[in-house]
Amino acid sequence: MSVNLALLDTSFDMCIKCTVCTTKCPVAEVQPDYPGPKQSGPDGERWRIKGEGFYDESLKYCTNCKRCEVACPSGVEIGSIIQKAKVRSGRHKPKIRDYILSHTDLMGAVATPVAPVVNMVTKVKPVRKLMDKVLDIDERPALPTYSWQTFRQWFKKDAPDQTGFKRQITFYHGCYINSNDTTVGKDLVKVLNAMNIGVQLLKKEKCCGVPLIANGFMDKAQSNAKLNTEQFREALEGDSECVISTSSSCSMTIRDEYHKLLEVDNRELVDRIFFFNTFLVKEFEQGNLPEMKPVKIKIAYHSPCHLIRVGGIVFTLEILRRIPGVELHMLDQRCCGQAGTYGFKKENYETSQEIGAPIFDQINKINPDFVVTDCEACKMQVESSTDYKVLHPLSVLARAL
Amino acid sequence: MKTIETDVVVIGGGATGAGILRDCALRGIKAVLVERDDIANGTTGRNHGLLHSGARYAVTDGHSAKECIRENRILKNIASHCVEETDGLFLTLPEDELSFQHKFITACSDAGIETQLLTPQEALKLEPNANPDMLGAVRVPDGTLDPFRLTSANILDAVEHGAQVMTYKKVVSLIIEQGIVRGVNCIDIKTGEAVTVRARQVVNAAGIWGQQIAEYANLSIRMFPAKGSLLIMDYRINSMVLNRCRKPADADILVPGDTISLIGTTSRKVPYEEIDNIKVDSDEIDVLIREGEKLAPILGRSRVLRAYCGVRPLISVDGDTSGRNISRGIVIRDHADTDGLPGLVTVAGGKLMTYRLMAEMTTDVVSKNLETNACCTTAETKLPGASKDKIKQAASVSVPVSISAQYRHGERAEQFLKGDSLSKSVVCECEMITRGEIEYAIEQLNAHSLVDLRRRTRLGMGPCQGEVCACRAADVLQETLKKQGKETNIAKDLNEFLQTRWKGVLPVLWGDALREADFTYWTYQSLLGASSLEDFSHNRSGQKDGIQNTAALVENSLATQLEREV
Repeated sequence: MSVNLALLDTSFDMCIKCTVCTTKCPVAEVQPDYPGPKQSGPDGERWRIKGEGFYDESLKYCTNCKRCEVACPSGVEIGSIIQKAKVRSGRHKPKIRDYILSHTDLMGAVATPVAPVVNMVTKVKPVRKLMDKVLDIDERPALPTYSWQTFRQWFKKDAPDQTGFKRQITFYHGCYINSNDTTVGKDLVKVLNAMNIGVQLLKKEKCCGVPLIANGFMDKAQSNAKLNTEQFREALEGDSECVISTSSSCSMTIRDEYHKLLEVDNRELVDRIFFFNTFLVKEFEQGNLPEMKPVKIKIAYHSPCHLIRVGGIVFTLEILRRIPGVELHMLDQRCCGQAGTYGFKKENYETSQEIGAPIFDQINKINPDFVVTDCEACKMQVESSTDYKVLHPLSVLARAL
Repeated sequence: MKTIETDVVVIGGGATGAGILRDCALRGIKAVLVERDDIANGTTGRNHGLLHSGARYAVTDGHSAKECIRENRILKNIASHCVEETDGLFLTLPEDELSFQHKFITACSDAGIETQLLTPQEALKLEPNANPDMLGAVRVPDGTLDPFRLTSANILDAVEHGAQVMTYKKVVSLIIEQGIVRGVNCIDIKTGEAVTVRARQVVNAAGIWGQQIAEYANLSIRMFPAKGSLLIMDYRINSMVLNRCRKPADADILVPGDTISLIGTTSRKVPYEEIDNIKVDSDEIDVLIREGEKLAPILGRSRVLRAYCGVRPLISVDGDTSGRNISRGIVIRDHADTDGLPGLVTVAGGKLMTYRLMAEMTTDVVSKNLETNACCTTAETKLPGASKDKIKQAASVSVPVSISAQYRHGERAEQFLKGDSLSKSVVCECEMITRGEIEYAIEQLNAHSLVDLRRRTRLGMGPCQGEVCACRAADVLQETLKKQGKETNIAKDLNEFLQTRWKGVLPVLWGDALREADFTYWTYQSLLGASSLEDFSHNRSGQKDGIQNTAALVENSLATQLEREV
């Protein structure tokens, strides 16, 4: 089975042309060649139904940030319409570069055993120049570094024993925590253990699929979705209360996109798949609040697009507010421009920087000790484009324990 | 008072009148066309826009079928930019007699219409949205025919060959001197100015309104007004014309017209006095949706954009009361022969499909009366826009804008696609119409108002029904007319345009169409204060304020829908 890209979904028909999506599109704001989500999504779909020849190349500028879907008062899944149209058109055949950038789990498996070498090499200027020339990966943004020990390896060998806890949850760590930066995973274990909850991992897991969708590997994304969903089902049939993810994009994908976009039916499970923040706030509300000491830091919080899409910002803010001593500054809710793999691509780098510029300026003005955000792509963009280090909200919480 | 001298004056700016004007011009006959409204405003612009193969008439009216297939082949050549060769399917559904299929194929073959018998699987592969329960299908060379573009292209060619067109000129009397018709007296319905056109031949091509023209000469022509209603769907739900393989009945044709689909028609007798005030009845809408869903089940899940109706200009020839069995045959009367009144020729009956043939036959009569011997060349001479020359893709124009402009105007689109970046900016986003295209329609295609622009470009015909483009286009219209030294009351024009849009939406005001109308009302009335603009409250002919009226209707519909949901 492959993902059905046919035009059976007529949700575009609900669009009342109010154009509010286009006013909220970070790409349309800086890239005059992109006509915005209304024209690329529901308007364009009418034409593409008439004939595939009406496909507009400018759809390639869409970052799939989904701010259009948040803005839409008519329930049109504009971002998904555009993603499907891109793949259906066959015009943007993924390049080797897109394969490398999107197959995050595979790249992690290849890179982690030789992490120090990879990390060093990807910082060498001539190497970056070569990648820029040959692969169209822009030489300017810092590429993700790889971890010498994967999170799974750490969890197996070095993590504290989890069997003593009466309550158990399953952690879907995703690629970034496993291969690139294990900190957030370790912090989750620390925080949950402090709340008397044990952590388990899935027997196996694959990339959630979000970079695969954005780069046109729909069938691969679908097969990952099937494997992950089976794993979730198995874990939830066992002694796990729920599945938790700490990445906002992974979390949106495994909960919502699997059935909406990839046609993998996970609807009976979604009520037990949580982004860490809703789970923690629920526990806090029920009185399961870990003992915290003051953390005297000034932080600037950046809202990731995909967390806005699922309505999750308020829960992260609630967690940050409960940590004593934290001076919290809220950055404007603008896209940082990274959009997963988008900002690494040579043709997008400048658009990506232009989208993020107001955020970078605001961070510089606030001059915080740390920028805080829930998304690893936003973290990479901010760290690459400013002098500030970015923490995950869980890492701030872990410092208070 | 203005007086114009010419050889032929044609009354009526529908497809037939435009065709006659072109035919005269190509034969070197001096001709003027007068139309009381805009071109293609009557029956021409209120039908399916179906390029018949003739298959629909094959079993019941072999003569019409033969005419259709002949004209079908001609139009594919001379009007390629107004035609889409989609082909059509005649579906046999479980409630239909499969035995009719054999009769149908035989009749088509007798009329010279090629057919291809398909299994349901083969038919669904060609048209995935067709009813999967069908028992069988026959493929025929049906297609789509855009009546607005067709009329406009005929006029454009006529004008380029020396003819003259005067829209918004209502004929108020015929000039009859010594028992010979010598011309027409008109009134400009916008300015009230009187205009006289003196001619050696007067052609009455006013369609259903031709009865009134004949009455000016105390002649009796009995028209048989039969109303047909149609629904427009929000997008193209089918890519081939879908028909039922049975005797013609209500709501059994689904046509993919440009960006939308049309389901129709009904057929109801209306009293002649009511032909200017017909409207779509709610039970007609029920029939159209119920029957339309049988052709393509997706129709029931799609937004209905608007409803409209037209009057078939059939001449009563027998005792039939439904209007369905009357021949679509062409009637031409040289009143010199039939009524002893030289100078007047009436053409009636027929259909959009045979407009060119009607024009040829009429012009033959006129030509004989004028004693000229030039032959008709309209069957071979391509209309402007139909050259099939591909124009260069302008670098700064997006592909959908460029292709849709060519779809509408053929190679003539090059004239406005090569303009500066301002002229390439998109005004109507649903239908991808640029500022340049609007300027072109005003300057070259004789558009005077926003409603005229709609007929020439599809402005405001998409899902938003003018919500996004109306005020933008009003600005372009005012500026362009000003450059031509013409004054216009743009607030009034905008109001009229919105009224014509709302008129079509009102009968189908539920679901998303209702939300859309409510949003449009909110934008134009609550946000822009449209009714407080000068002249907005002084509507023509003492009607109640149109916008307020619409507001009340929107609120009523909302209330009804809420009641239903409760």
